[in-house]
Amino acid sequence: MNFELTDERRMLSDSLRRYLGDTASHEATAKATEGETGFDPGLWSGLSEMGVIGALLPEDAGGFGGAGFDISVVFEEIGRAGAVVPLIESGVLAAGLLAEFGETEAAEAAIAGTVLTLAHAEPGSRYTLEHVETRAEQHDGGWRLSGRKSVVGFAAAAETLIVSARTGGEAADTDGISLFRVPAEAEGLTLRDYPMNGGGRAAEVALDGVPAEALIGPEGGAFDALERAHARATCALSAEALGLMETIRALTVDYLRGRKQFGQPIGKFQALQHRMADVLIEIEQARSAVINLAGHLGADRAERERHVSATKNLIGRAGRLVAEEAIQMHGGIGMTQEYALGHFAKRLIMVDHRFGDADHHLERFIRLSAA
Amino acid sequence: MDLSYTDDQIAFRDEVRAFLAEKLPRRLEDKVRTGKRLEKADYEEWHAILNERGWLGVTWPESFGGPGWDAVERHIFEEETTRAHAPRIVPFGINMLAPVLMTFGSTAQQDHYLPRILDGTDWWCQGYSEPGAGSDLASLKTTAERKGDSYVVNGQKTWTTLGQYADKIFCLVRTSKEGKPQAGISFLLIDMDSPGVEVRPIVLIDGEAEVNEVWFDNVEVPAENLVGEENQGWTIAKYLLTHERTNIAGVGFARAGLENLRRIAGLERAGGRPLIENPIFAAKMAQVEIDLMAMATTNLRTLAAAAAGQAPGAESSMLKIKGTVIRQEINALTRQAVGPYALPFVSEALDEGSNVEPVGPDYAMPATQTYFNNRKLSIYGGSNEVQRQIITKAILEL
Repeated sequence: MNFELTDERRMLSDSLRRYLGDTASHEATAKATEGETGFDPGLWSGLSEMGVIGALLPEDAGGFGGAGFDISVVFEEIGRAGAVVPLIESGVLAAGLLAEFGETEAAEAAIAGTVLTLAHAEPGSRYTLEHVETRAEQHDGGWRLSGRKSVVGFAAAAETLIVSARTGGEAADTDGISLFRVPAEAEGLTLRDYPMNGGGRAAEVALDGVPAEALIGPEGGAFDALERAHARATCALSAEALGLMETIRALTVDYLRGRKQFGQPIGKFQALQHRMADVLIEIEQARSAVINLAGHLGADRAERERHVSATKNLIGRAGRLVAEEAIQMHGGIGMTQEYALGHFAKRLIMVDHRFGDADHHLERFIRLSAA
Repeated sequence: MDLSYTDDQIAFRDEVRAFLAEKLPRRLEDKVRTGKRLEKADYEEWHAILNERGWLGVTWPESFGGPGWDAVERHIFEEETTRAHAPRIVPFGINMLAPVLMTFGSTAQQDHYLPRILDGTDWWCQGYSEPGAGSDLASLKTTAERKGDSYVVNGQKTWTTLGQYADKIFCLVRTSKEGKPQAGISFLLIDMDSPGVEVRPIVLIDGEAEVNEVWFDNVEVPAENLVGEENQGWTIAKYLLTHERTNIAGVGFARAGLENLRRIAGLERAGGRPLIENPIFAAKMAQVEIDLMAMATTNLRTLAAAAAGQAPGAESSMLKIKGTVIRQEINALTRQAVGPYALPFVSEALDEGSNVEPVGPDYAMPATQTYFNNRKLSIYGGSNEVQRQIITKAILEL
């Protein structure tokens, strides 16, 4: 048994923490959130140059990592800084899928900083991965896509969209789902771009007979790869949540020490001390849940997915407790947009709205455990 | 023991319902129901309609032109107006300052200010909290120094709700540094137009600028604007806090929130069926409903005691805690219900007549922003921690 990070991962973690500490301040993130793409392009290219995107992908795709702990180390630091970048969308989801299907050139472009995104979820899919209604039909030797995709992260900034569509089967079938490469400027592709709670941007994507550049992977057989990609993305998001919690903890403990009411620091009141102790315990539970998932990303499907749901359920519950308790212990100042806590707490609450909430994964965990 | 309303109370409820059916403008009902942003004019319009019927100052005694309702009737009115999606009555003038003036104000102050509160001439806001004085309100530092016929006010107030609309502010100010902190506080009425008053909006995590900082830089206030005696402010503040707590349980808001949640959970689909049929989600909804049913009765028990002449005491602290926790749980479930569409934040879509369509269902963004906004419920009006201290001391005598 060994819970130490390897030297390489520790170095990556340390240098990333320093870089983000210098580059992704709360003020810089707030400014980038107001900007056109919702992220700071300088920060993004800096991360690419540091090899952060490469760390998320395996060697045969031009990366130098891609294992669960590579992903968790990177995203814990992203969360700690409260940084907003298309790293899950481009690095984990889109490039991860390209790498799985041997599209090395496109994966390498992503490592070099080209922004990609995965357009998979749909207005009616909620958190059900196999719910795909968008259809692909053959036309003059190519594929044309029609349908609607919802809350597609950083779609307006992406040069290429990886779009899932049905080439067979019905809306809830796992078989019959295919992936396509669609350039941002493709005809028939319409984006409604908007900002998101907690920072960043997304878009509702309408596809009306959009010609795909290429089919990626086997026709009708993309579901297993999509599920693996979402397992990695859930690991990334859970680690990001852990990093958010750590900063929230630091901000709240500072506040408990510094804020005086009734003639003493409010951290001297036992009622608040005990609640902060509970917050700490839940953060350590979250840390272990992230380790559990990172350590099982390479396991067989049944074991891997059981860990995906266990971790995401715990992160959802712990995240709500940590965010709400931190706001409460701060009082009014914790509710302001100007003070950093609000950004971290909002981002943490929004984690539960991506890749399945605590209830979705509780139900899924029960189902997977019974199988 | 009889849990039902009396015939008179049912007749009263029907009268309120008939009034709302006839007089509540559809436009306002729509805005409240769909979570659109309410403007100053919307509140003023509704206040005027209520005032015409004599139902604006619902907490006012008949001697001051109120309807003379008891606590149960006021509760019925609050419940029915919330259920009908009427805008809330902005409480600062009507329910906070007015009772203070009736009890502590001079006849001249009553004659001048009370009619202006009812007819909407003056929009009041509250100047209590300061950056260094939140839960520990008595440590407030804004000073009012007597110079001839005036006070000169310096300092800063914060969390002033809707201060951007206000003509006037009632403030707790320090007039003496002698003795205990509570002993040197006075209650002062200040014109927001006075030179030296500055309002700065505070944007909260829901993206709205509902609260403000109010700064005072050598603001001259006529001495006649003092309410009660100099250094009597803490007594007034405590009196006002009991009035602020008459609808502290928020049963009507909770019921309206639960109804909205049920509607949304019926429309959202998870795993091929309506979310409302999902056993895990249904269990959580049922749990909060069961809590609300009991809390509503605790509230009625307190109201019945108040109607029988008992002053509300630490019971209001219990209602504040339980009521806010229940509302916040309903808000969290509603946010959860909207799923991935909690993420888009398209502020313009909340404006009336906006041509910006919401992203996803129109109920999604209001659900999310209400969740964030209502984190305030357990913080303001005496945080839930302060309420627990009151219970500990006043009821448990620990």
